[in-house]
Amino acid sequence: MFGAGGGTSSYQEIEQTDLIVLWGSNAREAHPIFFHHLLRGIENGARMYCVDPRRTASAKFADRWLGIDVGSDVALANGVGREIIAAGLADTDFIRRSTRGFDDYERAVEPYTLDRVSALTGVPVAAISELAHAYATAESAQLLWTLGITEHHNAVDNVLALCNLALLTGHVGRWGSGLVPLRGQNNVQGGGDMGALPDRLPGFQSVADADVRSRFEEVYGRPLDPHPGLHLTLMFEAMARGELRALYVIGENPAESEADIGHARDALAGLDVLVVQDIFLTRTAEMADVVFPASVGWAESEGTVTSSERRVQRVRPAVVPPGEAHHDIDILVDLAHAMGSELGPRRPEAVWDELRQLSPVHRGMSWARLEAEGGLQWPCPDLDHPGSPFLHGWLWEDGLAGREPAPFSVVEHAGPTDVLTTGYPLRLTTGRALDSFNTGVQSGALDSPIRYGDELEVNPDDARDLELDQGERVRVCSARGSVEMHVRHQPDLPRGLTFTTFHFPGLVDTNVLTTDAWDPKSGTAEFKAAAIRIEKLSAHPQGTAGG
Amino acid sequence: MVDLHLTADVASPGERAAVDAAIGPDGAVVVHESERSIVAGRTRRQSRRHWLLPALHALQAEAGWISPGGLNHVADRLQIPPAEVFGVASFYGLFRTDDPGHTGSVTHVCVDPACEIAGASDLADELERAGSAVQRGPCLGQCERAPARFVQGRGEPDHVPADDAVPFRLPRPGQPHRRLTARLGVVDPTSLDSYREHGGYGALTTAIAMGPDAVIEAVTAAGLWGRGGAAFPTGVKWRAVAAQPGPDKHVVANADESEPGTFKDRLLMEHDPFALLESLTIAGLATGAERGWIYIRGEYPLATSRLRQAIDQARAVGWLGADVGASGRSFDVELRRGAGAYICGEETALFNSIEGFRGEPRNKPPYPTTSGLFGRPTVVNNPETLVNVLPIISAGPAAYRSLGTDDSPGTKLFCLSGSLRRPGLYEVPFGTTLRALLLAAGTEIDRLRAVLLGGAAGTFVGPESLDLPLTLEDARAAGATLGSGAVMPFDDRVDLAAVVTRIAEFFRHESCGQCVPCRVGTTRQHEVLLQLRPGRPLADDRRQLLDDMARVMLDASICGLGHTAAGAVRSALDLGIIGEST
Amino acid sequence: MTSTEAAVTIRIDDTDVALSAGSSILDGCRSVGVDTPTICYADNLTPVNACRVCVVELEGSRTLVPACSRPAEDGMVIRTDSERVRHSRRMVLEFLASSVDLGQADELTAWAEHYGADPGRYGADRAVVSEPVRVQDNLYIRDYDRCVLCYKCVEACGEDAQQSFAIAVSGRGFDARISTEFDVELPESACVYCGNCVAVCPTNALQFRTEFDLRAVGEWRPEDQTVTRTVCSYCGVGCNLELHVQDDHIVACTSPHDHDVTWGNLCIKGRFGWGYV
Repeated sequence: MFGAGGGTSSYQEIEQTDLIVLWGSNAREAHPIFFHHLLRGIENGARMYCVDPRRTASAKFADRWLGIDVGSDVALANGVGREIIAAGLADTDFIRRSTRGFDDYERAVEPYTLDRVSALTGVPVAAISELAHAYATAESAQLLWTLGITEHHNAVDNVLALCNLALLTGHVGRWGSGLVPLRGQNNVQGGGDMGALPDRLPGFQSVADADVRSRFEEVYGRPLDPHPGLHLTLMFEAMARGELRALYVIGENPAESEADIGHARDALAGLDVLVVQDIFLTRTAEMADVVFPASVGWAESEGTVTSSERRVQRVRPAVVPPGEAHHDIDILVDLAHAMGSELGPRRPEAVWDELRQLSPVHRGMSWARLEAEGGLQWPCPDLDHPGSPFLHGWLWEDGLAGREPAPFSVVEHAGPTDVLTTGYPLRLTTGRALDSFNTGVQSGALDSPIRYGDELEVNPDDARDLELDQGERVRVCSARGSVEMHVRHQPDLPRGLTFTTFHFPGLVDTNVLTTDAWDPKSGTAEFKAAAIRIEKLSAHPQGTAGG
Repeated sequence: MVDLHLTADVASPGERAAVDAAIGPDGAVVVHESERSIVAGRTRRQSRRHWLLPALHALQAEAGWISPGGLNHVADRLQIPPAEVFGVASFYGLFRTDDPGHTGSVTHVCVDPACEIAGASDLADELERAGSAVQRGPCLGQCERAPARFVQGRGEPDHVPADDAVPFRLPRPGQPHRRLTARLGVVDPTSLDSYREHGGYGALTTAIAMGPDAVIEAVTAAGLWGRGGAAFPTGVKWRAVAAQPGPDKHVVANADESEPGTFKDRLLMEHDPFALLESLTIAGLATGAERGWIYIRGEYPLATSRLRQAIDQARAVGWLGADVGASGRSFDVELRRGAGAYICGEETALFNSIEGFRGEPRNKPPYPTTSGLFGRPTVVNNPETLVNVLPIISAGPAAYRSLGTDDSPGTKLFCLSGSLRRPGLYEVPFGTTLRALLLAAGTEIDRLRAVLLGGAAGTFVGPESLDLPLTLEDARAAGATLGSGAVMPFDDRVDLAAVVTRIAEFFRHESCGQCVPCRVGTTRQHEVLLQLRPGRPLADDRRQLLDDMARVMLDASICGLGHTAAGAVRSALDLGIIGEST
Repeated sequence: MTSTEAAVTIRIDDTDVALSAGSSILDGCRSVGVDTPTICYADNLTPVNACRVCVVELEGSRTLVPACSRPAEDGMVIRTDSERVRHSRRMVLEFLASSVDLGQADELTAWAEHYGADPGRYGADRAVVSEPVRVQDNLYIRDYDRCVLCYKCVEACGEDAQQSFAIAVSGRGFDARISTEFDVELPESACVYCGNCVAVCPTNALQFRTEFDLRAVGEWRPEDQTVTRTVCSYCGVGCNLELHVQDDHIVACTSPHDHDVTWGNLCIKGRFGWGYV
């Protein structure tokens, strides 16, 4: 947001905010301990609105749940924005002083009347209006989202639409008000911080910036490519075209986690060289030419990770890695050495100090401080800096502390690419369960007493119309493929919507169904919106369901 | 507001209907405004949890127990986690959480001392032989017509057979000095008109004219103190709540009269229900509270129906509601039935019970006057205390003080039962001696061995105390208590060891279990007394143990139940009526 | 104690103690090194003050008061080691020891010894808590013969942390028990296996299955265990973990109760999801 890739707020702020808007996030199950902080906020009197196609466990804690159609988030956000403006509730002082592009935004959202947005989203007019008024009039408000916003073909537009609302009301850059994307993996924030983005060097510094590059080149002792690399989705496209011939995969399992999985596996199989470095022999590793066994990052290795509140924390080895497994740094340094190049220090603290030298936002985070202070939140530019609980305080400073005003963005509604048809009349969306994690490679060893596997959840009325019994095994078909699953009746789903998790690819290859449409701005794929039909497996000829 | 997880058990249509009727149309927390817009949330959940107790009563009456399916329905409607609903349901004696295995009503028979003397065990056996489902239990508050029965109805309303069988009359109806009981047996308790003809609502009219400050001043000047047992000055309590800002305050009539040997509030409510309403309304207006509650014990079906009727009538003519008696002030009353838990007479346990939690006492401070019902400033008064306000307001504090003593002005209701010929409710001026009271009730003084004053939570006194003037100050000086006003003489035909052991059993049964001193102490105390053998002295180490246990219960328990659980036992030991060789 | 509000001064055993507003008597005791037994108190839970073992004598109070939950007020005069205090503490510990198995509650046993508790003086036919060990899954067990009803598990499952409310106190008096609805087995209940109840149990009535199984074969050796602090490997919240390792195997996972991300709490993945290491 406004150029930096991190949530603006601390967990502590949600305990003290007045309004919580949870949008496309089932934090109760996906981020349980963050949800403790959120619950504290509710205990302290905050009201909560939850926007989600499903009435999730999280939504059940809300004062109001808005059951939006999958993929209509921009429409709802624009409608909320229009209503805030129309009701005279926009923070005009803030807009004038700290933002730019408001006029274009106002024009762009003008067509998003409550009636039209209600038609686009399925949410009643009164509920949309209530959300708009509540958000605009709250003293402080936290707007949070997760993959319900970002696993769409227009993910960045979705995020920008939400950012617009914060700019419209001044709900950013202040204690208690902010924009919070919750991170799904323990170091996805840290990966971005460290430059694991196609166009960024560590500390979110642009590869296109010659000054930045020259500082890195001085330390690294070699020139850096000024052109952005490829993000994951583009890599797979390049593989499919035969342009990308070798792939080095560290700690990812794309052979099971990619959308439209058949397509992805073909691409991996067609490579000249596939190198996988992982702690598991994943399905991807099974396809590899070379596998480097790595030590477990959080339990067998020294290092750092960064959380959703931009807090850098230390991880430490508790057990000795088994057999041939080595620290990621050692593998990389040894590999480089074998290829005739020296990467520099191996000691994690020394590597960290090199980063601090190059990344201004991390400069104040010495190893000793991370140890003593239980982690630090970036930006932390020097050793005396306490770290930053929230970002963008400059929006409220005189003269914006010399920065450019924050831009409104014009974004338009564009529904899911996989449109519903008579052949595929039901919407399938995906999500996570409390006791499982992504493709299940880590959580699989957990003997959970409350796991029920990947089932197809169906609204009970739809199930009745389709004559689908609880527990019945059915064939689920999308335009890309089909899988067999068990049906589970789920009253928390609106009609027309189905849902499944994707934690058990060994049992159900859910991502056979999902579309590989992806967002050109971020590279994320549209896991959240496939069009499907359900076919009965019984011998009865009328078994084909879906009308 | 929670993401409830319910078992697969489903309520029967009857259970659903019973619960839905009990909580009313706005009782459900989750509102499906449309398929895509659902309202719920913490505020709705918190503001409806107090329907839990009525919902459980409805389930119990419908099914004869709190079934898993019925419990799930309540949990879903009120969005209360099922484990918590179960925790609440299993707390109360009147709720069963296991299948009773029959579909009939249950007859509760009191086996506490006065009823036991009157043949309660024989009655219970006889009922069982006749095929009734019988549950032997603690005092039912009908000691004046022992042995007492209460029928918990299934397919019929809860009722007390004696209410129909025995016409009401006060003993010695001609006795002078009757203030609080003057209308009992005279007024038609089902008629507001009759109440008004007998002076009803005169005090409220006067109080409205006086204004809150003057009312509290009069109550203070009259020297009224609480009749529930703690004897706290009523005016001080009212003043403290009146000083708290805003109208979101409560006045509560603590009608959970459960002290063994006590039945005065029941008779007041059965035979003069408007008096309680009128005085509670005065309390509300004086303290600025807009909500009044009557928490009545579950075993009082007649008093409950009379009060419900009275509330409806008072509301219909504006003695309750948005403009009480044209005062411009709002006040209304809700009635809640307890469900068989002595501890809910403790004021903070009572709050938890109304709020839909287990009736476990809260730690004090904070005190109810700052944080009481729903965490708001709250006055809690016993019905007897409240109805004293009527003569104070009507006749003034000076006239009120014309009876009684300086420190104990006015009259006191005493509940007499046990070894005597004329059990019943007696209203006498403070200062009347114990002897005079016992003689009035027909006790054979020469056969008297001990008198239990104040019920199970009270103390035994011996015949040497017969000339004790019954006042707060004299009782304190004698190391005794008037407590709830229960007075229970025992003569030489009574097995006092059995009486004392039964008192210990009562506390073991009624301890909520929250704090260790009381939970384990009441159990161990009872176990030691079970080892008592007639004619055999209590061994020194057992006496030491009882003493050690009594001290920790008194010093370290959370609430008054634990503080008083050893009082009667110790006084019996001190008097030598148990544990001595004979 | 970062409050800038006016401080209060109380006197504890003849020592004046200055405290920030909102402090408890227990805070005061600890700040001057007065060792005070607690059972139902934990710094990450709201005090329920049910156990009463922390009672102290407060001048002017008819009864003893619980140090853990009683706010310090200016001018309070406190005695923590008077005969009355020692008597009540001794009796509370004696009562518990006479009712349940404190064999794996080392801290309580030490306090019981300190105060001279003698559970042997109650009759052999006394009531004791007698429940079968509930082993209903592979993550943790419940052995209510060890339960002192401190309510901590209920608070951690409910209002103070997880808000799943899978367990509550049921029944009354000596028969009160921690229970799911109708005592249904945990997998049928609202339990989400966060294990936050296990983490706060003071008597080992709630035990990780790993510990239970190792104890069964005599291989639970806390003295041989190391504890390493790290960060959970699952979602991006950044929960701090303490990995308890014995013989190079993880045998338990807890979270520091004073870290402001978790306050000692975890979810099923963080608490139990280390099996793949």
